[in-house]
Amino acid sequence: MARTSLDKVWEAHAIRTLPSGQTQLLIGLHLIHEVTTPQAFQMLKDLGLKVRMPERTFGTLDHIIPTLSQGRPFADPMAEEMAVQMIRNSKDFGLPLFDLDSGRQGIVHVIGPELGLTQPGMTIACGDSHTSTHGAVGAIAFGIGTSQVRDVLATQCLAMARPKLRQIRVEGALAKGVYAKDVSLTIIGKLGVKGGVGYAYEYAGPAIERMTMEERLTICNMSIEGGARCGYVNPDQTSFEYLRGRPYAPQGAAFDRAVTWWKSVATEAGASFDDVARLDGSAIEPVVTWGINPGQSVSVSQRIPSPESAPEPERPTYREALAFMGFEAGQPIKGTRIDVAFVGSCTNGRLSDLRAAAEVAKKGKVAKGIRALIVPGSQQVAKAAEAEGLHEIFQAAGFQWRKAGCSMCLGMNDDKLQGREICASSSNRNFIGRQGSPTGRTLLMSPAMVAAAAITGAVTDVREILR
Amino acid sequence: MTQDYTRRQIVGRGIPLPGNDMDTDRIIPARFLKAVTFEGLGEHAFEDARKQQPEHPFNQAAYQGASVLVVGQNFGCGSSREHAPQSLMRWGIAAIVGGSFGEIFFGNCTTLGIPCLTASPEDLEWLQRAIGREPGKPVTVDVEKQEARFGDRVIRAQMPDGPRHQLVTGTWDSTAVLLEAGAAIEATAKKLPYISGY
Repeated sequence: MARTSLDKVWEAHAIRTLPSGQTQLLIGLHLIHEVTTPQAFQMLKDLGLKVRMPERTFGTLDHIIPTLSQGRPFADPMAEEMAVQMIRNSKDFGLPLFDLDSGRQGIVHVIGPELGLTQPGMTIACGDSHTSTHGAVGAIAFGIGTSQVRDVLATQCLAMARPKLRQIRVEGALAKGVYAKDVSLTIIGKLGVKGGVGYAYEYAGPAIERMTMEERLTICNMSIEGGARCGYVNPDQTSFEYLRGRPYAPQGAAFDRAVTWWKSVATEAGASFDDVARLDGSAIEPVVTWGINPGQSVSVSQRIPSPESAPEPERPTYREALAFMGFEAGQPIKGTRIDVAFVGSCTNGRLSDLRAAAEVAKKGKVAKGIRALIVPGSQQVAKAAEAEGLHEIFQAAGFQWRKAGCSMCLGMNDDKLQGREICASSSNRNFIGRQGSPTGRTLLMSPAMVAAAAITGAVTDVREILR
Repeated sequence: MTQDYTRRQIVGRGIPLPGNDMDTDRIIPARFLKAVTFEGLGEHAFEDARKQQPEHPFNQAAYQGASVLVVGQNFGCGSSREHAPQSLMRWGIAAIVGGSFGEIFFGNCTTLGIPCLTASPEDLEWLQRAIGREPGKPVTVDVEKQEARFGDRVIRAQMPDGPRHQLVTGTWDSTAVLLEAGAAIEATAKKLPYISGY
């Protein structure tokens, strides 16, 4: 019987069936960062345990990193203490750390693929929900909590039930001005924020196959926002070409042998899925969220829906969202004034995202009174962007060019919304309080749409600027 | 005395928290993740929501000391932060009954010995109202029998077999269970070309 990639990777990493019926699954790559690990390391110390496979464990600093001045000690003493602990724990347990002086530091989900650590056929875990990102390369990657980080550190394993598998097929071709982010938000809008609970997602179809690796990373990153446990794209020539020459990818003849194995872990023709969802990629328009979860979105040309238009169980959340956002049902999303623009995050902080935003930034200047931040996803992204002069385009247009980190996606550093500010954001969550102000408001959209909002001061259809 | 890890039945006063899609940022805002321990998180559970809504259940005197949280759909979606269940646990929550749960949150709760059970929307609405009428009366969450009891009414409250088995048998301390595999861990690793070398 034809098998799926999930079947194959799961079986290759299954150690045994636990008494609970769950699988004891080997984790081939464990990525760690400063926020969800200090307690796990402490638990390990309390248990007197070592890290089981230190050579399969890599760390970075991302969530609390300031993006203006990165001189140590950091101005925020708690951020400094978290950095100190991460550096000390990495040293004590013998784990490589991509520290600020490494030239390779950045958001954990940006640097994994970028360094070639993330490879097809792997199981990957990280104490961060957006670990689903790594599935873009053809891996099965899970976000986990701190006690599970302890488990992976101590045993290199997780106790997990095999999720069901839904294939999401995106047919057709995307129009100009429509990006991977718009596809993700469309999928989540269609299937709902809990539509993926119990599932892993396999993204397939012509639109996905045509996507670059960076676009696929955006798609898989957002799997968790649709409730899915993980999301992946089958490894193909795009994945192999992306990995070729990266520092931690196999080199020379080993690379060719690796490609043979990588090809063997892809889903076979005729494999069956627990569910299949289809989407017409050519019908997708730029999407903007209007509410307080990533499923509450409309195309830029549409109006904010009324609670009555939603299924009965969702109406209270619609009402809560409208009240929190201060929006009226029936109001067009286009023209919504913004205060802040943010391009960055593990969703959209890669080179191609910055290029897309820069293409728009060239067409104008940041509107008066708007704070606009460009935060590269990693030091390498920053370096590559600077090499092609993107930072100068941004600065000339009035955007702030910052250093790499998670930044305003979750406001754990100084990059936060103030009061009721509205932010056009290329990040992944529009939850209440997400961007650092308990009353701050987030409109999720693609990086190009963020740049368009920045230069016009309001939600704008980027296709009109790119025309 | 050895600690009892079994979670067959949780009996305690209830606290209803209506609403769907309550994400972990809402349960514990990111600024409280700037810490190297989980200590003290209990007092910050739902901090911003409590400030914005004085009538928030976590603010109400009647629900102080409650241990059974009754929620809506997709509770705990979003961020993987274990700080969310840690803050609820440290506030006093020992079991959660809801329509559905974010999967990472659900896994985190199991790892902390907090059962999360699912019930129908009708039963949840009834239970939330019933607790609201009689907040002093205990709710029994029976993990083993997969039901919740309040007064003389019994509602179906389910949990997948795997985590239920872990909680009922007291084997949710996953590190100990996983370590039992011993050398089989390295043996499986050796068979993987990306670990043994291409």
